[in-house]
Amino acid sequence: MSTESTAILDDYKYGFYTDIESDAVPKGLNEDVIAIISAKKGEPEWMLEWRLKAYRWWLKKTPPKWAHLHYPPIDYQDICYYSAPKKKSDNPDEIDADLEATFEKLGVPLHERNRLAGVAVDAVFDSVSVATTHREMLAEKGVIFCSISEAIRDYPELVKKYLGTVVPYTDNYYASLNSAVFTDGSFCYIPKGVRCPVELSTYFRINALDTGQFERTLIVAEESSYVSYLEGCTAPARDRNQLHAAVVELIALDNAQIKYATVQNWYAGDKDGKGGIYNFVTKRGHCRGKKSKISWTQVEAGAAITWKYPSVILEGDGSTGEFYSVAVTTNKMQADTGTKMIHIGNNTKSTIVSKGISAGQSVNSYRGLVQVLPDAFNCRNYSNCDSMLIGPNCSANTFPYIESENSTAVIEHEATTSRVSEDQIFYLKSRGLSEEDAISMVVNGFAREVFKQLPLEFSVEAIRLLEMKLEGSIG
Amino acid sequence: MSETKTYLEIRNLHASTEDTPILKGVDLTIAQGETHALMGPNGSGKSTLANVIMGHPAYEVTDGEILFRGQNLLELEPEERARLGVFLAFQYPVAIPGVSVAKFLKSAHDATHGDNKLKPAEFLKELRENIKYLEVDDSFINRYLNDGFSGGEKKRMEILQMLTLKPRFAVMDETDSGLDIDALQVVAKGVNKLAGADFGLLVITHYERILRYIHPDHLHVLIDGKIVHSGGSDLVKKLEEKGYDWVRQEFGEEVLVG
Repeated sequence: MSTESTAILDDYKYGFYTDIESDAVPKGLNEDVIAIISAKKGEPEWMLEWRLKAYRWWLKKTPPKWAHLHYPPIDYQDICYYSAPKKKSDNPDEIDADLEATFEKLGVPLHERNRLAGVAVDAVFDSVSVATTHREMLAEKGVIFCSISEAIRDYPELVKKYLGTVVPYTDNYYASLNSAVFTDGSFCYIPKGVRCPVELSTYFRINALDTGQFERTLIVAEESSYVSYLEGCTAPARDRNQLHAAVVELIALDNAQIKYATVQNWYAGDKDGKGGIYNFVTKRGHCRGKKSKISWTQVEAGAAITWKYPSVILEGDGSTGEFYSVAVTTNKMQADTGTKMIHIGNNTKSTIVSKGISAGQSVNSYRGLVQVLPDAFNCRNYSNCDSMLIGPNCSANTFPYIESENSTAVIEHEATTSRVSEDQIFYLKSRGLSEEDAISMVVNGFAREVFKQLPLEFSVEAIRLLEMKLEGSIG
Repeated sequence: MSETKTYLEIRNLHASTEDTPILKGVDLTIAQGETHALMGPNGSGKSTLANVIMGHPAYEVTDGEILFRGQNLLELEPEERARLGVFLAFQYPVAIPGVSVAKFLKSAHDATHGDNKLKPAEFLKELRENIKYLEVDDSFINRYLNDGFSGGEKKRMEILQMLTLKPRFAVMDETDSGLDIDALQVVAKGVNKLAGADFGLLVITHYERILRYIHPDHLHVLIDGKIVHSGGSDLVKKLEEKGYDWVRQEFGEEVLVG
């Protein structure tokens, strides 16, 4: 069944398609489709109820128009909401060889013998999680790391307690849609006092044509616990747009810390802007406990359109929120991304460091809100939003919103826009560096503060990804 | 004295930028081990010559050639020229934020010393020696390249790069402009450390002052894209005595400067 046209693009090495038989629900969205998804996942009744409430809410809403993005209306009846690779084996613990090979090719080995040391991976293929590694070792520490579907079945009380408490299904258009049709994603639960011994990571792969991916991830860090989580994403190169509408919720209780990093490399469309993923994502963390800390680090290098604002609600006194972002747009990509820091508790602190890099004819916007509520005393925010332009036809915008209702707040905002100049590249070339090395040196210098937030091996990968994206964009 | 070998040879060089001819037939020969000075009014094409030698993409060479040790530089990319041992000390060095001086210098050294890369520890040792020699603060190496540097610091940085990369031939494009006497002496110290049989140097300047510290073997006057006068130590001496004003009078510079 591979009659679709796969755009040929040699600079996107993850653009391949895995020819695998899938179990898909016909295109279109209605209450029956939602019931089928819920049934396929063996969900309890309350989950279906919640989905249907979300769906009915979504029907009444219209897509947000305020972002600095341009795209034709999406036909939600022309999307397939569930597609799962058919299992060839009856053994639930056995990973299908084709899938294993796919993830191997993506640099995410799942098999025991060569999987990544120090990183536990949950691999999501279209609508389902196909494998989660290192589970036994994590279980010894009491850490739960599994797909959200499993969590709904196996830990319903935990899921019920936290799901939708940070991003309610009424939150926004895409979050409502996600709540109605979400298929897979990860669930992490770190018990009190536990420092998670490995990096937790989810790798999202969209494979099937015309299929939306609606990931739902929930991370709960109990008192004084710590977890570092990393998310990666890719999709085949196709000339039709595909929708990825994710919701990620993070909850940190007293003294807990969650570090969440994303290296997003969805297929971004071709040079003329044909095809690519629409990445409409709601990510929010809730510092519920005292002195808790949530940091978001994102390297956004793919997707035709990105609409994403990983945020932190700073409710616990003395809690800290951080947002470090590098967003790269090339060709005709569009990104409207940033963060919201909502200061509710006293002595809460937030840091925002955003680096936008635009090349080609792309449009790259930072949009951020720093809000201090009237009863929040002694809050601090530091924001730094820098944009770098490569070439004459791209653009960068900064939309910072500051709403401070408490006079004890200290808010600093810095913003700069610079251009990678021919002179910078010539300067470095005159010292013996090749053009590619020169560009990567300038760009890495620009994004340095963000890269150093990533775990080392991922930081190396992210730097390489950036170099690949920007190759040939000057001159 | 043994016969000196031709090191750099510029023949009938014509170059333009945005279709405006700037160099209109430059001939210049520098032998191995020699230091040459090039003087001339603003707009005469001095910086253009420096940039064309290094291969700046904003300039188009319309005629002529530049041979360095027998190889035509004009066929090479700037980084290939650098790897042959050509160096340009920029008049206006650009900043590269986020890239430390140490990281940059190591990358540049590796790129230009293909087979003779130094281990990080060796490299750092040599770098610290050079920094000391140039009377630069140790903290220099952890700062971002030219980012927030004063004019004098930028010029010292250029000389530090030159000492690190050990080029065979260097062009100094008005490195002396805007420097006080102390900084000028540091620049001269750097140059003199490299001076020797394996090093050629072209010093572009507005002021005779630097010639007291760097003693050129030859001096050329560039006006309106052509070398109109060249001489040996006699000319250098005359210039030192009479000052640059003498060049102005002699070659009618005021007519050309708008």
